[in-house]
Amino acid sequence: MDHLTRLENKSIYIIREAYYQFKDIAMLWSVGKDSTTLLWLCRKAFFGKIPFPIIHIDTSYKFPEMYQFRDERAKEWNLNLLIGKNEEKLQEGMGPGQGSKLDCCNELKTKALQQVIKKYGLKAILLGIRRDEHGIRAKERYFSPRDSQFKWDYENQPAELWDQYQSTFEEEEHFRIHPLLHFTEFDIWNYVKREGLPIVPLYFSKNGKRFRSIGCVTCCSPMDSTAKTIDEIIEEIRISKTSERSGRAQDKENIYTMQKLRALGYM
Amino acid sequence: MLQEERALSIVIVGHVDHGKSTLIGRLLYDTDCLPPDKYTEIQKSSEGLGRIVEFAFVMDCLEEERSRGITIDTTQTFFKTPKRRYVIIDAPGHKEFLKNMITGTSQAEAALLIIDSFEGIRDQTRRHAYILGMLGLKQICVLLNKIDLIHYSKDKYLELKRETTDFLDQLDVHPTFILPISAIHGDNVAKPSEKISWFDGPTVLQALDTFEALNVEEKPLRFPIQDIYNIDEKKILVGRIEAGRIGKGKKVYLLPEKKKVEVKSIEKFLEQEVTTANYEESIGICLKGRQRVKRGQILTADLSSTISDKIQANIFWMDPEGYRAGEILRFRCVTQEVFCRIEKINKKFDPASMELTEKQASSIRNAEVADILIQLDDKVVVDPFNEIPEMGRFVLEKGGRPVAGGIIL
Repeated sequence: MDHLTRLENKSIYIIREAYYQFKDIAMLWSVGKDSTTLLWLCRKAFFGKIPFPIIHIDTSYKFPEMYQFRDERAKEWNLNLLIGKNEEKLQEGMGPGQGSKLDCCNELKTKALQQVIKKYGLKAILLGIRRDEHGIRAKERYFSPRDSQFKWDYENQPAELWDQYQSTFEEEEHFRIHPLLHFTEFDIWNYVKREGLPIVPLYFSKNGKRFRSIGCVTCCSPMDSTAKTIDEIIEEIRISKTSERSGRAQDKENIYTMQKLRALGYM
Repeated sequence: MLQEERALSIVIVGHVDHGKSTLIGRLLYDTDCLPPDKYTEIQKSSEGLGRIVEFAFVMDCLEEERSRGITIDTTQTFFKTPKRRYVIIDAPGHKEFLKNMITGTSQAEAALLIIDSFEGIRDQTRRHAYILGMLGLKQICVLLNKIDLIHYSKDKYLELKRETTDFLDQLDVHPTFILPISAIHGDNVAKPSEKISWFDGPTVLQALDTFEALNVEEKPLRFPIQDIYNIDEKKILVGRIEAGRIGKGKKVYLLPEKKKVEVKSIEKFLEQEVTTANYEESIGICLKGRQRVKRGQILTADLSSTISDKIQANIFWMDPEGYRAGEILRFRCVTQEVFCRIEKINKKFDPASMELTEKQASSIRNAEVADILIQLDDKVVVDPFNEIPEMGRFVLEKGGRPVAGGIIL
């Protein structure tokens, strides 16, 4: 079995395991390359008929290309798409210009997600994070319990071995499930290529710049790049020496911002 | 280009402070796999704590880990040599984080056991070595680190090497290499060192490159049913092939009932007319006729598995709260989940102090290993760990929490 097929089969096993353990489950789709890959793997796991909703947490500051891509795929793949927004904070004018990045991410992403989880009574959510993205994410489990306050008890995570995942928890909580944990950025692009997956055009070079990681317009900066095709992106990453999230502002504010965000329930 | 496409996963284990995280930082740095912005971040974080650049911070990303100078949880990262890519798993060396060490080790194909040359073999060295043996890891390289602290002495290296070999022999653990290194100074990690010109063995990277991705041997089919989907009027049994292969039209057994059934079709998304599927594939299967099926049943090619509600096994306890006689546990092996209790603890001991063995015990504490007899509420299907590892290893849960791992003899 080749490398990508092995990764794919492991992810499908985890997705199916999550659905068996939790019927009140949904997938979180940021519309980026990773969660679009996860969405594709969910389609494979359920033979094209995903039996749970797909949630987009919308800060309302995303790129127009992302909204367009989202709506096209939702229609084409017949998705049960739900949009989660922290309307109250948006009304109050919360946005990237106001206060710290930590507060903005926390309110418009984490709190918006909390609201969705509560509204739909979700017990588990599938997320497309990967270990090689950030040191903190490298410490994640495939099945990661969060308490009702959304806290991640990273000092006391359950053991996880031989594909046996903890799926019950005494307190009221939900589980974060990470079926892509073992993919690297390099693997993702090779997989996107192999599967012929559609991807938001922002990843491709325009006027000498492209986005390596996408999120809100205000907090993502493009990098210098001439990569206009997936093959060129793969080659660029192969020789690249900077890390993937180097264009993401929230990681830089303070060394431990990412840890603090994740402990608060950030995705 | 790399010679190999897939990445080999290696775990780094050993006693606390013997230099695991430092070695990893060194490996990433010397193989040019540490992005400059990460290096800057580590520099900043080290300065914030008033220290010189700490390579260990590559793996220790949590604020608590950096300020306390210890690894709490397993981290995975990647580096490459001209031969292949590596996934490197850093496992914590503290006893209190043993479950994190086991989590990391269970995902590895090879291991580096690191020992401080100055301090020698310590409690966690013993525990970790024991766990490597029990989990069946065969590709092991021992690193005698901090060779600088024993003044690059050949005699001291040979003495410690002998001691290490004697100790590992008792555990039936046989390392492929025992290498002298200094992770902090980079001696014999990526490059040979002039300071130990007397040593003619490989560097750490050369040693790793000799390890192989594990071969898949031809074995009889084991397909545990994970779930059952009804899609487009088809009843699809989904799951992963844990051993062997399955073919369309083949007759197989449905265990534990031992009923003969026929594979009508193999289902994969967007693929038509799939005729066979192999080990590690997550697939769907339709059976001929109307069959009563449920999660936890196993499709097999033969009847060589053990089908029983009594299981003899070796377990390692990894939860701070130990086991007391009479407690209800849940046995999980592939997709089988059955409540059980420990009927008898034949013997138990703590691998950190090898000689103390207690027979006929009634409790098991954290980090102890035990030889036990399990009584299950229902029959399960298992194989010896040495024959089909996937079907011969299990996890015990208490109140939903994984508390022990075990292997079937």
